[in-house]
Amino acid sequence: MARIKKKIKKEVGAINTSSLPDIIFMLLFFFMVTTTMRETSPKVKTKVPEATEIQKLEKKSLVSYILIGPPINVRVYGNNARIQLDDQFATVKDIGEFVARERQARSENDRNKITISLKVDESTKMGIVTDVKQELRKAGALKISYSARKAKKNIDE
Amino acid sequence: MSKRAVPEINAGSMADIAFLLLIFFLVTTTMDVDTGIIRKLPPPVENNQENVDVKERNVMKILVNSRDQLLINGERGDIRMLKDKVKDFMALHPNNPKYPEIKEKYIEELGKKVPLSKGVISLKNDRGTSYGMYIKVQNELARAFNEMKDEKSLQLYGVKYNQLVDEKKIKIINKLVPVPISEAEPENVGGE
Repeated sequence: MARIKKKIKKEVGAINTSSLPDIIFMLLFFFMVTTTMRETSPKVKTKVPEATEIQKLEKKSLVSYILIGPPINVRVYGNNARIQLDDQFATVKDIGEFVARERQARSENDRNKITISLKVDESTKMGIVTDVKQELRKAGALKISYSARKAKKNIDE
Repeated sequence: MSKRAVPEINAGSMADIAFLLLIFFLVTTTMDVDTGIIRKLPPPVENNQENVDVKERNVMKILVNSRDQLLINGERGDIRMLKDKVKDFMALHPNNPKYPEIKEKYIEELGKKVPLSKGVISLKNDRGTSYGMYIKVQNELARAFNEMKDEKSLQLYGVKYNQLVDEKKIKIINKLVPVPISEAEPENVGGE
């Protein structure tokens, strides 16, 4: 503030800052638009395991998520691992329909490039995961990713 | 309206307000990228073409039971040994009947035949195996093959596999180091 006043005194034409808000608003809108607020609220706990050989999933728009894990609300839903699709609990039978729906939502060219990211809690038993995998195979969604965190070191170090 | 000499609202702080909002969005925007082990599932099989005969010596059987214990080719194993065992198994051992056979495969990009191992890794887990253990095993397998790719790439081009830029070179390495992991349908292999 002091600097602006000083400049005025020196009679150097002050820089017109009246468009500064507009510039900032433009930036603001950019971030507002790019921020995807589509965060589905997780209903199951998914503490994904650690791994070292992980890859980044390119093209987020082509990724669909399947969450498997014990329900967060244990008192209502019990302790057994459940599947969550979109925003609700589902059964293995719903997977086929889910894949079809996710395909439908993508553009024509991208339908076969969908990656299914399995966010599975590390304590889950493989039985339910295998059932889901079999359903995915039937549905033709063959590209999958076992979601994992970056492990700090290898297992034998 | 303006003739009524309403004092002009000072818009000087507008930028500050906008900045505040901007910073809020900057902070809340989670740029988290999902990472994971990417795998390709085999296409669904018709029942009649199931059993492909593979010789015993060409298969490395990895079994994980419901107590997360590992059985590698019939012997109790430890997850820490798995990577080296896989690498040893997949390496070329000519004229050694304990290791997989070797086939000559013509690789178009190289324009010559290259000896490749016929080995297959067969992974089977129990329905009661924990997912954490399954990922550990998958990760060790991936690590074994990635290390083999690195070695091959260093040997041929002097750089590690993930530093290769040329599409053709990547393709060649992928052909020279195939990832033959087959997952059997799970069953109850026991271990209560």
